[in-house]
Parts: sequence; C-alpha cells; structure tokens
Amino acid sequence: MTLLQIEGLGISFGGLRAVNDVGFSAKPGEVVSVIGPNGAGKTTLFNMISGVYLPNTGRVLLDGQDVTRFESHRLARKGLTRTFQNLQIFQDMTVLENVIVGFHLAERGHLLADILSLPSTKRRAREVRTKAMDLLKRVRLDKAADQVAGNLSYGSLKRLEIVRALAMEPRVLLLDEPAAGCNAVETEEIDSFIAELAASGIAILLVEHDMKMVMRISNHIVVLDHGEKIAEGSPEEVSKNPEVISAYLGAEAGQDTPSVEREVANADG
Amino acid sequence: MKSNLKWIQLAIVFVLIIALPAFFPSGYYYRVGALIFVNALSVVGLVILIGYAGQISLGHAGFAGIGAYACALGPDYVGLHPAFSVILGAVVSAGMAALIGKPILRLKGYYLAVATLGFGILVSMVLTNERALTGGPDGTAVAKLGLRSWLKDAGIKLSSGEFWYLVCGAVLLIGVWIALNLFHSATGRAMRALHGSEVAARTVGIDVAQVKLQAFVISAVYASVAGSLLALQNKFITPDVAGFMHSIEMVTMAVLGGVNSVLGATLGAAILTLLPQVLTIFAEYEQLVMGLVMILVMIFLPKGLLPSIAARLRGRGE
Repeated sequence: MTLLQIEGLGISFGGLRAVNDVGFSAKPGEVVSVIGPNGAGKTTLFNMISGVYLPNTGRVLLDGQDVTRFESHRLARKGLTRTFQNLQIFQDMTVLENVIVGFHLAERGHLLADILSLPSTKRRAREVRTKAMDLLKRVRLDKAADQVAGNLSYGSLKRLEIVRALAMEPRVLLLDEPAAGCNAVETEEIDSFIAELAASGIAILLVEHDMKMVMRISNHIVVLDHGEKIAEGSPEEVSKNPEVISAYLGAEAGQDTPSVEREVANADG
Repeated sequence: MKSNLKWIQLAIVFVLIIALPAFFPSGYYYRVGALIFVNALSVVGLVILIGYAGQISLGHAGFAGIGAYACALGPDYVGLHPAFSVILGAVVSAGMAALIGKPILRLKGYYLAVATLGFGILVSMVLTNERALTGGPDGTAVAKLGLRSWLKDAGIKLSSGEFWYLVCGAVLLIGVWIALNLFHSATGRAMRALHGSEVAARTVGIDVAQVKLQAFVISAVYASVAGSLLALQNKFITPDVAGFMHSIEMVTMAVLGGVNSVLGATLGAAILTLLPQVLTIFAEYEQLVMGLVMILVMIFLPKGLLPSIAARLRGRGE
C-alpha cells in the first residue's frame, strides 16, 4: 500500500552534508509532515524527492518504481508534483491560464494541431478551461480568473499555486510551507483544504512552520535537524520526544518563541 | 472568449495590408511595404522565441540566409522549382535549428545570446567564403518564381511591386495567424509558462528542453521563409542577409515594438523599416537620430511601443 518510499536520501553541497540518510514512506490519503528548525534540510529534501536536485545517496520509489534520477517533468507524468516555499507563479499569465498550464499533460496534443488550431486543440482547450474554472471556484479565485496573476495578493497566490498543482491530478503532492505568510483565516482555509485533498486519496508531504496546523492534520511526522532525521511518529509521539524538544529549544534558545510542546498544547486546546 | 482577440488582431493586420496601398504616393512604396512584411514575418517568429518562451537569439539571420540561399541554389543544383525551394529552405532551417538548439538551449541569458551569435556568424562565413557554390560576397542571382507571369496568362495583371506586396502580405497574415494560434494552445502556454518559471513548468509535466526547442525551430522557420521571400522578390541575394547586423535588426524590431505582442512586433518592424526612409532628411545624421529614437523608446516605453501604449490607454480608461 506504500505509494512513496524514501530510502537513505543524502546530498552534499561542497563539503557540507545538507541532508544525510533520511528515509520514510507515505500511503495514499496520508499527510506526512517534515518539520525541523530553519536550515534543517526540509526544502533540500523536497528538492531531491521532486527531481530538482539529484541526491548523492539513497532512492526514491514511487509505486515500487525507482524514480530517483527522474527529472521533475517525468515525475509529474508519474503523478508527483509540488508547490514552492517562495512562490513559483507564472506572473505574466492570467490566473486562469496558470491553472490551465497545470492541465498541460491532459491538454497537450500534437504541435501541428496547436499551430493550425485544429478542432481537436480547440475542444481540449474548452474542456480544460471548464475544469480550471471549477478548480478556481474551489479556492474562491474564479472572480479573479482573467486578472494577471502578478496582481494577486500573497495569500491568493498561495492558493493558486496549490490548485495549479491539483490540476494535474497528482497522486503525491509536496507542499512546501503552504501557509507561510498567510493570516489566520487563510491558514485555516488551507488547512481544511489539505485535509480534503488527503481524504480524496492523495498522499501529501508537507513542510510547514505552523505547528498548530502540522499537529492537527498530520498522520505522521518526520523531524529533521542538521540534515538528519532525529525522530518520526504520530503527532503525539513526536511532540513528547525529548530530542525534538531540545532541537527546537536549542535552535531557539534565548528567544521568546513558543516551544513545540506549548504549541501542541495550544493546538489541543 | 479569448479567441475573439485573435480574430480582431488578424483583422487589423488584414485591413492594414489591403488598405495601405490607397495611401501610397508612388509605386515604389509597394516595395517598401513588401519589405516591411518580410521583416515583420521574421520578427513574429522572434516573438514566439523571445516573447513567448523567453529565449534570446542573436543569430536568426543565419536561418534567413539558409532560406534565401535555398531559393538561389535549389533551382540550380537540385532542379527544384523556386516555390519548393522555399520549403526546402524551411526544412533545412528547421533541421539545423533542432540540431544546434538541443545543446545550446541549455544555456541561459547572455551565454545563449553568444552561442546563437556564433551560429549566425558561422552561416554568414560559409555563405561568404564558399564562392564556388554561393558566389561569395558579391552574391548570386535568384530564379524567378514564375507565378506572376502565370497570373498574367490567367488575366490578372500585377506590377512586380504589387505582386510581391500581396504575396508577402499573405504570408505575413499566415504567420500572424499561426503565432496567435500558438499563443492560445497548450504548446504556447507551455512556452510562456517556462518563460515565467522553468522549475514550476517542470512540476506540471512540461518538458522544458523540448518546448524550448519547439520555439527555436518554429522561429527559425519564420526567419527562413522571410529570407526566401526576400531573395525571390529581389531576384538577387548577398551574404548580408545572414549577417550579424540583420540578426540585431530583427531583435531590435521585436523589442522596440513589444516582444510579447505579435501586433507590436509587426509595428516595430514597420517603424524600423520606414524610419531610415523618413530619416533621409537628416542626411548623414540618419543613424544618429535612429539610435536616439530607439534609446528614447526603451527608456520611456520599456515594454515596447504597442504594449506600453495599450497599458497607458487601459490605465486611463479605468
């Protein structure tokens, strides 16, 4: 039943071991969160899984197939896609076009058909347009469909990026800080949206700093520190793990920031 | 629907082509008009490469050279009819673009600019130095297309200027139609997406290398056909058609008019083709004034003439 299997992933930049021997797995419908202090290697790990970086060691298995050396677009064709911590929106295209691009694999036909605007191209374009509008409605961006994406607010762009990824009907979705920079209401929205996606059977890998959100929606949590996996387990197990607490306190010692424990307590309350 | 916009743009180009001759003071302007259309055609190709896909080329005159010399040499060496030589040139250009595009399109920004520059210079060197084949720097004669005398037999009498004005106008119209089709298609959207963010384009399954190559090959065919038309109407061609200055001219026209806009780029081609004719009143200061105009446009209308003006008008309308 395992959909995504990560085994012993590691990568070095120059002499620095950014991620070392990290492994875990995800099933369909499961939310697996990767947490850790800043610089722990979370995004680097995502970049290796999604084919942006080529790992030095380890394997990524999708449905039992070794996809470690696959480039991002080939992974997308296998049903794995992602969003980015620093938004990657097609700024000069309209909101609707951004989502339509997400349907690329479903829409693309022969180059000649596109050049001559044959009926097949037009028909696919119409179908995809309708589906894209439906997706935009789900995140209440349908009114902004014809605006240039670059004009949207940050929170809207975050939602746009997620629906663009959804357009390709992924089986595995990597979300890199989907709630970063969003206000409380927007965060809650994204929160329930992710739960909805998981319920529909998508395996979700999540990097997020909002601990309340992580504790609430994760089935499984992997904790990274200095590129190493220091703990994993259910939200309860992880939040009680002394190593995790010290990693967070250690990283934030002297600062007036809440510890994992306190945040978990808040989330429960 | 967005496709309305496509037909409006096409209609504008069509009406301009048909209506302009009414304002021509003399038959000479048919030749100027045809030259504008030829330049506009290669510039529309560059809109696909630069405006859609965000890739630069400073060597596209190389493809114009291939197209032009295919028309000069095809009838002599392969026994092809000049009309089919245009197709031969387009096929050779497409093949060449695919061959060199594969390795060099991995490069970005100014590295890509220099690599394409190298290609253009290479073609121009071959055309200049292979005297036995190409006639060298003095150029070579190009066979007649023969379509005009055929039309004459059919009872349609056109002057050479009128004939080429209409042929080049028709080909430009097809070129604009294709570019606009592409814009609203999956392929065109993939090009514009990778222009915005390559890494994001990959995550939705776009094969970035392949789509860049498609843009490069398509734009090469545009330049090649433009080169062929130039050779056929002048009935003579020199290696200058593949020269560095011609490449620069194409990119300048595209950027000046608005590199994201098919119509804008066409306007850019028209202005930079006409400007030297108008500026002859400045005599030896012609180049100076032309340079000044370009600098001023880029400073005050950085997105190019048409998109900047359109944005201003829209801003006022709201």
